[in-house]
Amino acid sequence: MSGPSDYQPSHPVLKWIERRLPIFGFVHGSFVAYPTPRNLNYWWTFGAILSLMLGVQILTGVILAMHYTPEATMAFHSVEAIVRDVNYGWLLRNMHATGASMFFFAVYVHMLRGLYYGSYKEPREVLWILGVIIYLLMMATGFMGYVLPWGQMSFWGATVITNLFSAFPYIGDSIVTLLWGGYSVGNPTLNRFFSLHYLLPFLIAGVVVLHVWALHVAGQNNPAGVEPKTEKDTVAFTPYATIKDMFGVSCFLLLYAWFIFYMPNYLGDADNYIPANPAQTPPHIVPEWYYLPFYAILRSIPNKLAGVIAMFSAILVLAFLPWLDTSKVRSSKYRPLAKQFFWIFVVVAVLLGYLGAQPPEGIYVIAGRILTVCYFAYFLVVLPLLGKIERTKPLPNSIADDVLAKTGSKAVPMVSTVLALIVAGGLLVGGIDTARAAEADTPPANKWSFAGPFGKFDRGSLQRGLKVYKEVCSNCHALSYIAFRNLGDPGGPGYSTAQVASLASEYKIKDGPNDQGEMFERPGRAADYFPSPFPNEQAARNANGGAAPPDLSLITKARSYERGFPWFIFDLFTQYQEQGPDYVAGILQGFEDNPPADAKVPSGSYYNKYFPGHAIKMPKPLSDGQVTFDDGAPTTVTQYAKDVTTFLMWAAEPHMEERKRLGFQVFFFLIIFAGLMYFTKKKVWADAH
Amino acid sequence: MTIASSADHPTRRDFLFVATGAAAAVGGLATLWPFVSQMNPDASTIAAGAPIEVDLTPVAEGQDIKVFWRGKPIYISHRTKKQIDEAQKTPLSDLKDPATDESRVKQGHEQWLVVIGICTHLGCIPIAHEGNYDGFFCPCHGSQYDSSGRIRQGPAPANLPVPPYQFVSDSKIQIG
Repeated sequence: MSGPSDYQPSHPVLKWIERRLPIFGFVHGSFVAYPTPRNLNYWWTFGAILSLMLGVQILTGVILAMHYTPEATMAFHSVEAIVRDVNYGWLLRNMHATGASMFFFAVYVHMLRGLYYGSYKEPREVLWILGVIIYLLMMATGFMGYVLPWGQMSFWGATVITNLFSAFPYIGDSIVTLLWGGYSVGNPTLNRFFSLHYLLPFLIAGVVVLHVWALHVAGQNNPAGVEPKTEKDTVAFTPYATIKDMFGVSCFLLLYAWFIFYMPNYLGDADNYIPANPAQTPPHIVPEWYYLPFYAILRSIPNKLAGVIAMFSAILVLAFLPWLDTSKVRSSKYRPLAKQFFWIFVVVAVLLGYLGAQPPEGIYVIAGRILTVCYFAYFLVVLPLLGKIERTKPLPNSIADDVLAKTGSKAVPMVSTVLALIVAGGLLVGGIDTARAAEADTPPANKWSFAGPFGKFDRGSLQRGLKVYKEVCSNCHALSYIAFRNLGDPGGPGYSTAQVASLASEYKIKDGPNDQGEMFERPGRAADYFPSPFPNEQAARNANGGAAPPDLSLITKARSYERGFPWFIFDLFTQYQEQGPDYVAGILQGFEDNPPADAKVPSGSYYNKYFPGHAIKMPKPLSDGQVTFDDGAPTTVTQYAKDVTTFLMWAAEPHMEERKRLGFQVFFFLIIFAGLMYFTKKKVWADAH
Repeated sequence: MTIASSADHPTRRDFLFVATGAAAAVGGLATLWPFVSQMNPDASTIAAGAPIEVDLTPVAEGQDIKVFWRGKPIYISHRTKKQIDEAQKTPLSDLKDPATDESRVKQGHEQWLVVIGICTHLGCIPIAHEGNYDGFFCPCHGSQYDSSGRIRQGPAPANLPVPPYQFVSDSKIQIG
């Protein structure tokens, strides 16, 4: 990609091939001898990180597609089957689901780096526009991928996003019907989204090739923003850039592994563990975090069509950046004003993301409008004007000069960062106040044995919890994702094969048809699943005052409560992810016989302190002494709640112990590897300095 | 790599490069394992492959039934006296894959032949009670098996395999 290389392989076979297809010279010229500016910093390693992530997503995606069923009645179930039954299925799914977030995180860093250092300026306009196309394709791919598990957020996300197109006058409705392949989001929609979700990554890979090609024609930009002039300004791509990229990648893998092994559901939404239900919209629809700023822009415009246009414009404006920024100087290092505005822009984008996750009411709407104006003003007003009025600092003569004079003042970026943080903090105070108002209803935090990086399930608690489920919960609630055999799996309640068999045989399982064509009942086997108390949802609804008792297999992952700012940031580091168990335990203990005077509880409902809205259809299920334990554990509601919640947490994620154990091993390895890479990189670069 | 290193004088730098390369190789190989392992049967498939019990009472002499175990068709033949005699009297020298009839049935239950109904040639299902040997005939490429499920004629190289099974009672077997 950098012109003909004079590289000639020495082996006769390679020579023979090279004469017919000069691939070795091509690779050598593009990825070995290719000159890269010697002053590239670590922000430049994100290109390599993104290539890796694209590879990881395609590889894990192809594998998940081997086990996934793109059919509306089976999709949700097949994803659970992947996570529960396929060898390392939980790992592959976590890699793919959190991988999408990591991909977007890396692409945002990559884009902001381009923005800061002016990487879109002449002669790199096409390179930049190709990047914008990749980003758009990524957004489409990510959206369609999120639909595939066919949970509540999948379904309603698909509904909301496809409905964006209905905003177009005259043709809008026809477009939406075309997208759906029906009169609503349904099986045809899921099926085509699966097909397209499989196709688009390969399109992305194709555009990435163009992107890299354009990069190798124009050459890399660099922090100084001056083009390399002599050989002293550059180093060979291999080993210098490759080793630096690999060190960057190994650090990035640490972050990635943190999410895969320790916080796999942190970036997801609890509602997506509820199977899609076309009859009920979740109370609060939010897209994945990487779309939130644009979602906030969409919602801050009170007109439907204008909102959609604003949202798409917010992305498309990026393509015009090379002509909107009028400054001759590329790098913000030498643009004191542009640098300040850049950081303000970053804060604006982050705040828009925060607002995108908040309910569209009150102060949030106003803040959203102000920030939307700020977002567009940055591109349409600030950047065009700055080029005219800004007094830039003198540029270094060459890259080599820049490397030698590496003692520039650090004070200025600090000032702008602090300024930006103050603005951010100020705007967030409102958010905290609202969050605090809701805190009275938050279930109390419990101490769970399975919490934290080394958490394990308490076997006794799991067995007692199973007893509580069998004797109490199972009268109304199904546990349909759990097979009896799971009770003997490692990391579970720890029953022996014989115990599992006798436990299973206590149940009557419907089987058939037999040779006479009739259904019959037989004793359960290890491979059978816990039978449901009701034959279908209608029966369940009818028998329970109109509210079907939910399946409990995933309940601890499907329920959560808002943690609010700043807790959700601390949670990332403390690995607090037990909102679900806390909520379930809270509900079981939250019944009060004498509700507060101001509580309105309709007949047929019961007052529960922690249930949203406080009126729950389930009567108080547990009372002291109801279930007896053989191991002398106290027979109190508190103990029952704790045990059954532990059991249900295991039911929701049977491989949790394996996940944390493997996570520890992976971290142990990655830290050593990153260390080795660091010293290797230092040794290799010792020659270059 | 443009770094010069000499095999004669291993340096600290060489050691570092080898260690890093080795760590990368180990990490890469370990990462590969889940991607290979996921291709194996998953836990529900394995659980569904547990032993099954088959009641033999409805199968009259001269009849056979086909049941499925682990996705494979299993022929359970209630052999006639004639079939048993033929199977027992065939000299081993006539057989392509020599095996006595005794070795292919359970002692005391000689009337029951239990074989996996998959032709050892290329996997088609042979038809029972067809062919020249009172046994099975494979319609795909003409392999013929006798009343003990042993290959007698055609391209198949081996006898129909006997699945693991045992008699739970005189009229009930457990396959697997």
